[in-house]
Amino acid sequence: MRHRTHIRDHDTEAALFGRRVLVAMVIVVAAFVALMSNMYHLQVIEHNELQTRSNDNRIKLLPLAPNRGLIYDRNGVLLAENTPVYSLDVTPEEIDDLENTLSELQQLLDFPDTAIKRFYRNLKNQRRFNNVPLLDDINEEQLAIFAAQQHKYPGVSIEARLIRNYPHKELLTHAVGYVAKINRNDVNRLRDSGELANYAASRTIGKLGIEKYYEKDLHGEVGYQSVEVNNRGRAVRTLSIEAPEPGQDIVLELDLELQRKAAELLGQQRGSIILMDTTTGGILAMASTPSYDPNWFVNGISVKQYQSLLNSTQSPLLNRATQGAYPPASTIKAQIGLLGLEDGTITEETRIWDPGWFEIKGVDRRYRDWLAWGHGWVDIEKAITESCDTFYYDLALKLGVDKISSFMGKFGFGEKTGIDIHEEVSALMPSRGWKRARFGQPWYAGETLSVGIGQSYWTATPMQLAVATAMVANKGEHLVPRLLRGKMQDGVFEQALITQREPLTLSDSDYWDAVKKGMRNVNMAPKGTARRAFADAPYSSAGKTGTAQVKSLGQEEEYNAEDIAERYRDNAMYVGYAPADKPRVTVVIAIENSLGGGGSIAAPVARKMLDLWHSRFNNEKKQQVEIDADH
Amino acid sequence: MLTTEERQRTSLLKRLHIDGPLLLPLVLLSVASLFVIFSAAGKDIAVVERQSIRIGLSFVVLFVVAQIPPRALSRFTVPAFIAGVLLLVAVLVFGEMGKGAQRWLDIGPMTIQPSEIMKLAMPLMLAWYMNQRPIPPSIYRLFGALILVIIPTLLIARQPDLGTSLLVACAGVFVIFLAGLSWKLVTAAGISVAALTPVLWFYLMHDYQRQRVLTFLNPERDPLGAGYHIIQSKIAIGSGGIDGKGWLQGTQSQLEFLPERHTDFIFSVFSEEFGLTGVLILLALYGFIILRGFVIALRTQDIFSKLLAGSLTLTFFVYVFVNIGMVSGLLPVVGVPLPLISYGGTSMVTLMAGFGMLMSIATHHRLVMKDG
Repeated sequence: MRHRTHIRDHDTEAALFGRRVLVAMVIVVAAFVALMSNMYHLQVIEHNELQTRSNDNRIKLLPLAPNRGLIYDRNGVLLAENTPVYSLDVTPEEIDDLENTLSELQQLLDFPDTAIKRFYRNLKNQRRFNNVPLLDDINEEQLAIFAAQQHKYPGVSIEARLIRNYPHKELLTHAVGYVAKINRNDVNRLRDSGELANYAASRTIGKLGIEKYYEKDLHGEVGYQSVEVNNRGRAVRTLSIEAPEPGQDIVLELDLELQRKAAELLGQQRGSIILMDTTTGGILAMASTPSYDPNWFVNGISVKQYQSLLNSTQSPLLNRATQGAYPPASTIKAQIGLLGLEDGTITEETRIWDPGWFEIKGVDRRYRDWLAWGHGWVDIEKAITESCDTFYYDLALKLGVDKISSFMGKFGFGEKTGIDIHEEVSALMPSRGWKRARFGQPWYAGETLSVGIGQSYWTATPMQLAVATAMVANKGEHLVPRLLRGKMQDGVFEQALITQREPLTLSDSDYWDAVKKGMRNVNMAPKGTARRAFADAPYSSAGKTGTAQVKSLGQEEEYNAEDIAERYRDNAMYVGYAPADKPRVTVVIAIENSLGGGGSIAAPVARKMLDLWHSRFNNEKKQQVEIDADH
Repeated sequence: MLTTEERQRTSLLKRLHIDGPLLLPLVLLSVASLFVIFSAAGKDIAVVERQSIRIGLSFVVLFVVAQIPPRALSRFTVPAFIAGVLLLVAVLVFGEMGKGAQRWLDIGPMTIQPSEIMKLAMPLMLAWYMNQRPIPPSIYRLFGALILVIIPTLLIARQPDLGTSLLVACAGVFVIFLAGLSWKLVTAAGISVAALTPVLWFYLMHDYQRQRVLTFLNPERDPLGAGYHIIQSKIAIGSGGIDGKGWLQGTQSQLEFLPERHTDFIFSVFSEEFGLTGVLILLALYGFIILRGFVIALRTQDIFSKLLAGSLTLTFFVYVFVNIGMVSGLLPVVGVPLPLISYGGTSMVTLMAGFGMLMSIATHHRLVMKDG
């Protein structure tokens, strides 16, 4: 092929190239304008929003848990404290081989597989970059072992935190209660009440007793630490701290020694003891047995352990002082006597003949007195002193159940006392209307007789009995029982206020003296049902015994505690106050299924409680007087 | 009028084949890059030291290449291109044996990256090829040129290195464009690409590729996955504002929210710390370099040099545009570093060799005339 020669026109080619460069330059300029306007858009127009997102990236608000307020008894003895524990925490995002690290740690620190299982369970519910606890409470040996090896395990750290501890264990569970891990229900409740933010760093919340009732005071206010974090969520430096505000310390009316004595006296028996300051409503002792160690709940109780508490025939979870609904039995004879006097059904002089039994006209049944051969001629004073049932059968029948029911309502029966714990029941004060609504049945006269001696459907909690007894002691003043003595408000002790309900006023205040005389005789007269228990007491006192039937006996059956199944034995009850004329303390004893009655079992317990109270509180009172005298 | 002293200095630079107006922004950007890298690498002075050595080496390469007259360059072109293609084939062959991505070739004591050679060999080859006949090229020559572009591009894409293959293809295509590719064909190519897009989308792309494109279009749809990097980058740029957070004060970079801080995403670090003000200065320097490249291309006499200079300049522009575009969310993320600023060795040497060629063209063209 012939080689074609090209005559190259350099100028034309250069001009063509020049035009193309011009086009290219236009494209370049357009591209630069696009870049710059995009930059302007990002750095000027969207600057504020992106600046915010940049800060959101780097600044994390870490909530700081407030220290929970402490709980003391009236003498400053710690009942609930915060003790440091060390947990082994893992930040999964900072660990390359999580599985391997966990198994190495397990070899190093020797903990069960369940801990790893629980860790993975917690891991799912955890936010990104948060610590997940692997071991909640590591001991000092594990602490030392890990501390020496810590450098090998980035992303694994030891965190110290405070955990609630109840040094007196089961002694105060029903009064002080406990805190436990915040669960989903708590979260929902806190969210609804708008308090969830305050719990951002809290792991536990009051679940029972004082811990629950005064949760708001004890918890405190959450604090915040704003920290700068890197892309792995590790805090690089602290920008600012708003310190949490610790919860308020709480002082209870409880006296640890009295409480200890009460638990000791109850021992293995099921029952309750209450000691209440008759002048203030302050609860000096509130025992309920059996009890359990509240510390189990703080650390997370196992299902098995909880089931054993829940299913125990001894019902340890029940606070018998406020949730135990017992037939009050004869302990309410003073109050019913007052109704008789106030109603005019009887006078202080009214006497009846007690042959040892009572009959309703036209009904072929004898209602027996506890004393088979009868008390003879009985007036209101003697009826209380000797706990004559026949007198009360007669009185109750004359009054009728509805009068009794409404008058007893004024003593607080059938309603909650309003004590400062949530675990309380209103028990039951029956009436015609109640029975119709409940069972659709009419009320029978025989049931009225039973109500007259505190039986039948009538139940009352020991706390209700304490309130009703104190009302007699105080001649109608209606105190609301209270565990709280005061709070520490910013380092200053603030005494709790005495709360009262509408007092009971009688047409003649002599009526009070009449029944109080009877109650005094119970403890101090030769035929009083508690005379043996209170023999030679260094203080005057008044009271009323009660023996509640748990099983109703057939007409001719004889009651014999030894022969009857433990569950069907009588409850031994006792209410009382001391000193007899200027009452300062009210005592209530309730012992379930005891081997004896109120006089033989409950009254001696009351005596021992009052003895200790007397030795502790007489001195205290004197000291106070002396201090007052100095002023 | 120039003073004697200035004339002497100018002539000294000229004799060393250095183009002053091009050298100045290159030096400024290189110095700036050390500061930005220091910040982006978490104040690691060792990284800065390594980069200083690379910059020094790159300038030596620039100086050496600048001494080679364009005529000599054109003489080496064909063997260089063929060697480049053969090396790419070799990489693929050895890569098959070595599994996975293979871009490097071990030859005794040194390693070479054939795709980097191709970044220069491609514009050289196309410029040489176009210069064999008068421009604009005939349709047959266009066809030949297209084959020259496609072969190395596909070889590099197979490595796989999409970013580099894109740049290499651009270098070739730019020569064709500058050589006067008819507008009809440009339009036709544009239309066919537009027509092919739906076909590509619905029939040729894998699902994961479609996801990637969707994420590019809206990074917020996958804020913790693929969108995370681009979102963090935009936050870094935007939070810099007009004045920037200050050198070493960029929280997005210092706290490591930004990915690839001292390499591909270094522009985000720069923008966060120096703000829009810094960005405009940076863009001005890049713009000046590109402008200077065009001026050199326009001033030089022979078509080979013109096409080479024009292509090198436009490729440099593509570098800048693609990198800034991708970190600011205008373009999808392809691994292209920010020229002269990003940390990294080989590409910097190649880039400087390219500028060496530009300088050679700028300082030899008068001499060429004299020879003629």
